[in-house]
Amino acid sequence: MIREVDTMLITKAVKELCIKATHELSPDMAKALHEAREKETKPLAKEILEQLEENLRIAKRERIPICQDTGMAVLFVEVGQDVHFVGENVGEAIQKGVRAGYEEGYLRKSVVADPLLRENTGDNTPAIIHYELVPGDKVHITFTAKGFGSENMSRICMLKPADGEEGVMEQIVETVRLAGPNACPPLVIGVGLGGDFELAAKMAKHALTLPVTERAAKPHIRRIEEETLRRINALQIGPAGLSGDTTAFALHIETYPTHIAGMPLAVNICCHVNRHESVWI
Amino acid sequence: MRKNITFPLTKADARTLHAGDMCYASGTLYTARDAAHKRMYESMERGEALPISLKDTVLYYLGPSPAKPGQVIGSAGPTTASRMDKYTPRMLAAGVTGVIGKGKRSKEVRESLKKEGAVYFAAIGGAGALLSKCIKEATVVAYEDLGTEAIRKLRVENLPVVVIMDTEGRDYYEEVESEV
Repeated sequence: MIREVDTMLITKAVKELCIKATHELSPDMAKALHEAREKETKPLAKEILEQLEENLRIAKRERIPICQDTGMAVLFVEVGQDVHFVGENVGEAIQKGVRAGYEEGYLRKSVVADPLLRENTGDNTPAIIHYELVPGDKVHITFTAKGFGSENMSRICMLKPADGEEGVMEQIVETVRLAGPNACPPLVIGVGLGGDFELAAKMAKHALTLPVTERAAKPHIRRIEEETLRRINALQIGPAGLSGDTTAFALHIETYPTHIAGMPLAVNICCHVNRHESVWI
Repeated sequence: MRKNITFPLTKADARTLHAGDMCYASGTLYTARDAAHKRMYESMERGEALPISLKDTVLYYLGPSPAKPGQVIGSAGPTTASRMDKYTPRMLAAGVTGVIGKGKRSKEVRESLKKEGAVYFAAIGGAGALLSKCIKEATVVAYEDLGTEAIRKLRVENLPVVVIMDTEGRDYYEEVESEV
């Protein structure tokens, strides 16, 4: 059965996601921050984690964005193949939602129209939209406000199959080491392993939207997630890069089959303000 | 060491600050990030006058989110400092005594800070709501067309910043890293 979805609903939902995500962290992220503070053994690091918690409280209570970099809007849109959109082009409906969310939410407009000419578009559009067709008659939208302090420290490596597990772990840890204080630790690390060049990067970005406590289903991937996270925290970069026990809260790896000749690896870094919100329509 | 400091920052005061000092800053400073740096730098290259005096000035690498009605400023945390590395030695030579951002900086900036007797401070990245509470006044004073990247004059009270690079050429990030 075909289900009709009015694109006005999409615009309204996206607008609300923009505003909510930039003012309130998801409960799992807030909990991860709280637990890190309780466990932290270095006094300065503990103090910084306390300030980050206070920052979240002020943001929520006084409706001030958690961070002034309210990001570039990146959306994952899963469209049930039994959905028929009515109204306008769904892409334009999403862009309209972003435009309204960033304007009405007093969010920073951080997008330039051309990478070299660099003139601000003034409304934080265009957003980056990844569509996927899925079974069913619903639409699932995940919005992320991706800050670029951490985006700039992300990397893609085209590893060789012979590099194996150890090569994967080394490259992820090296990416975090190079990011150091720049990416606003404690971090969340999204990893895409396999597929091809662009799919690895897309999986890495998507991995950042997973709940902090979620672990990979495959046992060998779960083991790599845990071991890599342990090595990252052993770097002791710490909150704000001023040393401490928590350098990363979580590390998620998404995988996909790949070519016999390759092992693409993408590491997408996110700061402690890992903002994402989802909605079903 | 915890210290209360005043902006504008005199060279004499800058010399009393050491890598790792936790400072609470009060007084007047200016925001300037990528686009404002580029524009000031290009003006200097052409020998033109700048819209603000840089003598004893502290620059905060900040592009705030818009203020809601009744607020002084929106969210107001630091941006990554290394993007300003290209322009910083020139700013310091023109009288800037302090810069506030986050993250590592080039060897050239570190040497230039030492040569000119200036300080690089870090504020906590991603704590823009908390930091905005320290900002008591904010006025756009130049390059208004740059939007969030315009130069704003700020009056702050007890803005928490950590000395990362001092006038003696020390780098606190590096010192912390080598302890591990």
